[in-house]
Amino acid sequence: MNFWVRLMTIDRRIIFLFVVIAVTIPLFLNISQEIVVSTEVQTGFDAFSALQPGARVLVACDYDPPSSPELQPMAVATFRYCLDHDLKFIIIGLWPQGPQQANAAFETVLGYPISDTITYNGKTLIYGRDWVNLGFQAGNELVIQRMGSSIPAAFPRDYRGTPLEDLPLMQGVQNFNNIDFVMNISAGYPGVYEWVQFGVDRFGVRLVGGTTAVQAPLIYPYYGSGQLLGVLGGLKGAAEFEGLVGVSGKATQFMLSQSFAHVIVILFIIVGNVAYFVGGRKQKKT
Amino acid sequence: MNNRVLAYIVVAVGIAVFAILAATQGFAVTMGAFFTIGIFSFLYKDNPYYKFSEAVFVGISAGYWFVSLFWQNMVSKLYMGIQAAYNTTFVEHAGWDDRWMMLLGGLLGLFMLLRLFPKIGWLSRWSLAVIVGATAGLYFINYFVSNGIIQLGAIIAPLQSFTEAGKLDWWGTISQALLVAGTLSGVVYFYFSKEHTGAFGGVAKIGIWTLMLTFGASFGYTVMSRMSLLIGRMDYLVGTWLGLIR
Repeated sequence: MNFWVRLMTIDRRIIFLFVVIAVTIPLFLNISQEIVVSTEVQTGFDAFSALQPGARVLVACDYDPPSSPELQPMAVATFRYCLDHDLKFIIIGLWPQGPQQANAAFETVLGYPISDTITYNGKTLIYGRDWVNLGFQAGNELVIQRMGSSIPAAFPRDYRGTPLEDLPLMQGVQNFNNIDFVMNISAGYPGVYEWVQFGVDRFGVRLVGGTTAVQAPLIYPYYGSGQLLGVLGGLKGAAEFEGLVGVSGKATQFMLSQSFAHVIVILFIIVGNVAYFVGGRKQKKT
Repeated sequence: MNNRVLAYIVVAVGIAVFAILAATQGFAVTMGAFFTIGIFSFLYKDNPYYKFSEAVFVGISAGYWFVSLFWQNMVSKLYMGIQAAYNTTFVEHAGWDDRWMMLLGGLLGLFMLLRLFPKIGWLSRWSLAVIVGATAGLYFINYFVSNGIIQLGAIIAPLQSFTEAGKLDWWGTISQALLVAGTLSGVVYFYFSKEHTGAFGGVAKIGIWTLMLTFGASFGYTVMSRMSLLIGRMDYLVGTWLGLIR
């Protein structure tokens, strides 16, 4: 059995091992990689950066821990930008663990656990006045639909059980007309699709969608048609967004591993094809 | 040494290693690593460690969803909603409260459970009829607008694209032309009332190439997504758990 034929019958576990090595070694390397910002991330950031201090940003976190390597950096960068530019943010989740992921991201930015009063870069921020977490609400896209007519009806209380009327930030917030910008970070259903269909096209929400890479190709048509102001697709989108926000977070750090992994995958595809044409065909003839 | 003894030794050493790391690195973090490695062990081959990890994951997920939805729906919406409606109507004597409608939702939810009793199981069809009807009605318009009308509008646009300075944007123009050509040829491919021969067949062939490119892009993104998840887990294992990354 020649070399190429043996390659065709290689144990898949050896390939797994190569991928793990390719992914892990870059985590130890301190090499910076240039990350080119794509148009869809740039336009999303431009829409975000056009907001004036005090603007209300709705951050809808529709994901759970399994998707956090891709999506958590987007949430962290979003909160950091909001805090740096004095934007007020309202956290919601159509996934049960979304608001907890948001709190975790917020704590990553702060570097310590959230409390009612926090200090960030010398500024004092108060829960209820500068940010609120309305928690999870069951009902999927129907919650978005309900928010279009009445946000207090869709979310009568925050995640601690405080009525909305007792939260100064929510005073005067009746529906999407009182929200300046929506950032939806989602891993599936309900997510960007539903926000486009029920939020953007029905109520004119200004939306940027951050999604897992699996979902990104399906979301792009909404960007091309102008329904989405921007798309952050997977880890690459998150790294680009981090670059624009001005932080070097997990996504930026992971991009080197991502590149190494892609090189390995491409090499295996090439080697596999060469082995097929050189060795496999010969074996077929014999 | 037979295989059973070897397995016991491996398990004992494994438990000892995890116990030491739990003491030094923290119990919760080590548990995370324990189950991560358990799930990854399937890559070698199916084994009891993997099965245990999978069962714990599925059980916790199901329990979490159940508890979360119980408090969000049954308590927060149904119970508290009806309580509020009762107060409005009978305590404050302020008349009808829309939240009484939640009783109807609760009743339809109860009907769904009647499938467990064959004699009255037919009542669950009422609930399904409401769900199917409401969803179809709601989605019909939204899908038609978001995925039909607006998407069609996006391709009915001038092919020529210009920069802000008023010059011809070559890349934008090519991109728009490809979008229109790809969409039309894709539609032609799915037109089966005419045989795919001659010029029509040629356009259909471009359509299938467009579809293949789309699937290729989708596959590439999927690889990127899966790699991202692996990177996240490896970062957890070597960074958060073992503390090897500074």
